[in-house]
Amino acid sequence: MIPTFGQNATATPKQAHFNPYSFNGGSIMAIAGDDFAVVASDTRLSEGFSIHSRNAPKTYKLTDKTVLASAGFHGDVLTEIKVLEARLKMYEHEHGKKMSSQAIAAMLATILYHKRFFPYYVYNIIGGLDEEGKGCVYSYDPVGSYEREVYRAGGSAGPLLQPLLDNQIGFKNQQGVEKVSLSKDKAIKLIKDIFISAAERDIYTGDSLHLKVVTKEGVSEETFPLRRD
Amino acid sequence: MFRNQYDNDVTVWSPQGRIHQIEYAMEAVKQGSATVGLKSRTHAVLVALKRAASELSAHQKKILPIDNHVGVSIAGLTADARLLSKYLRTECLNSKYAYDSPMPISRLVSMIGNKSQIPTQRYGRRPYGVGLLVAGYDDQGPHIYQTCPSANYFDCKAMAIGARSQSARTYLEKHLDTFLDCSVEELVKHGLRALRDTLPTDGELTIKNCSLAIVGKDHEFTNYEDEDVQKFLDLIEGEERSSHAAAAADDDAAMEDDAPAPADPAVGGPEAEPRPMDQ
Amino acid sequence: MVTGTSVLGVKFDGGIIIAADTLGSYGSLARFRDCPRVMKVNECSVLGAGGDYADYQHLKAMIEQKVLDEDNLNDGFNYTPKSLFNWLTRIMYHKRSNFNPLWNTLVIGGLQDGEPYLGYIDKLGVAYTNDTVATGFGSYLAAPMLRDGLEKNPKMTEADAKQLIDRALRVLFYRDARSWNRYQLAIVTKDGVRIEGPLSSKTDWSVAHVAKGIQ
Repeated sequence: MIPTFGQNATATPKQAHFNPYSFNGGSIMAIAGDDFAVVASDTRLSEGFSIHSRNAPKTYKLTDKTVLASAGFHGDVLTEIKVLEARLKMYEHEHGKKMSSQAIAAMLATILYHKRFFPYYVYNIIGGLDEEGKGCVYSYDPVGSYEREVYRAGGSAGPLLQPLLDNQIGFKNQQGVEKVSLSKDKAIKLIKDIFISAAERDIYTGDSLHLKVVTKEGVSEETFPLRRD
Repeated sequence: MFRNQYDNDVTVWSPQGRIHQIEYAMEAVKQGSATVGLKSRTHAVLVALKRAASELSAHQKKILPIDNHVGVSIAGLTADARLLSKYLRTECLNSKYAYDSPMPISRLVSMIGNKSQIPTQRYGRRPYGVGLLVAGYDDQGPHIYQTCPSANYFDCKAMAIGARSQSARTYLEKHLDTFLDCSVEELVKHGLRALRDTLPTDGELTIKNCSLAIVGKDHEFTNYEDEDVQKFLDLIEGEERSSHAAAAADDDAAMEDDAPAPADPAVGGPEAEPRPMDQ
Repeated sequence: MVTGTSVLGVKFDGGIIIAADTLGSYGSLARFRDCPRVMKVNECSVLGAGGDYADYQHLKAMIEQKVLDEDNLNDGFNYTPKSLFNWLTRIMYHKRSNFNPLWNTLVIGGLQDGEPYLGYIDKLGVAYTNDTVATGFGSYLAAPMLRDGLEKNPKMTEADAKQLIDRALRVLFYRDARSWNRYQLAIVTKDGVRIEGPLSSKTDWSVAHVAKGIQ
């Protein structure tokens, strides 16, 4: 460009760009068994190359039968959980009962889609028991597309972990193996191993692993140390 | 048709300094079935007598949960109670959303007061026709509040409202000093005895006509209905009713209709048939 | 735009400290040398802020009005650090969602039901509670020092915590070009809230002459 006399003709007023999102990392996972579900996350909250907190689990107990794991932009995570909790209470008042896992799953999809054009930048995975008492997992994209599955990994190390689950739980790329149903202990062991591996490769995953195990007795919790660097 | 020339509208004073429309609204509370609330140092309890509008219909709900730490029981127009309870629920949700802390009971009640006051002063509107007993637990302990269509509200140690509730209040007054150190079970027993005293001589508390709620320290507001009430009714099973309570209740019912305004021909005598909209 | 730099916070046995220096920078110019950036909210909560000073002053006015309104209710209930933290998180998130953020990073502290409470909120509505908190430049230089200090001395006294904060602020003064060796502390214990200072760290420049050719 040729500047005209006395001024730079191409210069326009500039506004510092405001980015309403940040990425706070974290990996999440849920596995459904015949009569249980395990929902897991690491407890690291980061931003850039800094660790905000080493003790921020990303699993949220919604009811005695449903647990949600959310990772991504933490501001949206906090808001989404607040909206969900309010909606859960409204349902309880209107219907005189707790919301089922399926109903929560469907509602979360609509909550996410209602912000289709200014999305919650959040990866969600629900784990819980369905109305028949069977383990269930629902996974989402940030704008509300969802499906029921048996296992799913998400968040910053999600793409790293999913193939491992495909192989170990889905028996993908295995030949001549007996497809036995997964026990609770095996699921928990597997999750621990997987998160240890994720913490090796992903800088946004580490510090601790937090597990919430959903059975018909309710939700129990477990914490397991991961590498902190 | 009119009782007098000063009761056409809520904005008109009578020369005696009364607003008749508000007083009539207060009467609506007495058309509803009785409910009792009382508290100890650690817990608050609500008990209520449920009525069925007809043989064909179910008993109407009397106790409404508002949040994990608070609930109300109602006497008067059910539809108005629904509106008020929706408002209370919304306010509790807002408090949770904005402050992550439960709404203090005193504030919740003052909000009903402020809301109820508006239609007591506006042309063309009518006061709410429902009285509430609010039972809750917050940082300052357990609470029982009474609210009225007149927009008055009272912080109570114990209270009973609704039809023939004077007998329950008589019982509560008699045992007032013992409530503070009661166990939850004792508190429930007192509540049920007070409620039983509002029944006519041949009436009795059953799992069908009685519901109950408890809230307190480390105890979320829990409503008990139907079979769940049995274990509480068993606590006072076989006890003698307070002497002359039933007779007194019948007298009270007569007295209540003498109340501020002259008898309304449309309402009928002391044993007026309850209308379906009053509970 | 006048800005403040890092805010630090740490829990100790029976309370919390929040610290911030008093420099109001105008770009790279050290424009104002007496800008208090910590405030008392009520008898159990304090707040410290970094970032745009005008936005902080606006927020301060808002909070003071809110606390006054609540005091006037006179019903025995007050904002707790937790309720304040949550409300401010909602405000920050709401403003960012309207593309009109308050350009601050906040540290909230106090006693919640007798227990120390310390939280962080940024302009996007990212919020968390932690035992130590450091914003801005402090998240690189001070956060590791505070974490290390608390890990080695989990039952820290108030005096220990003050010393730790002083050390961290000194390092920031050495290395953060937008910092200043004059700071205030907001301390909350069961006895209430104290704002201390302005204080100064004892600095040591004796090795400065060695630093040559590292411009």
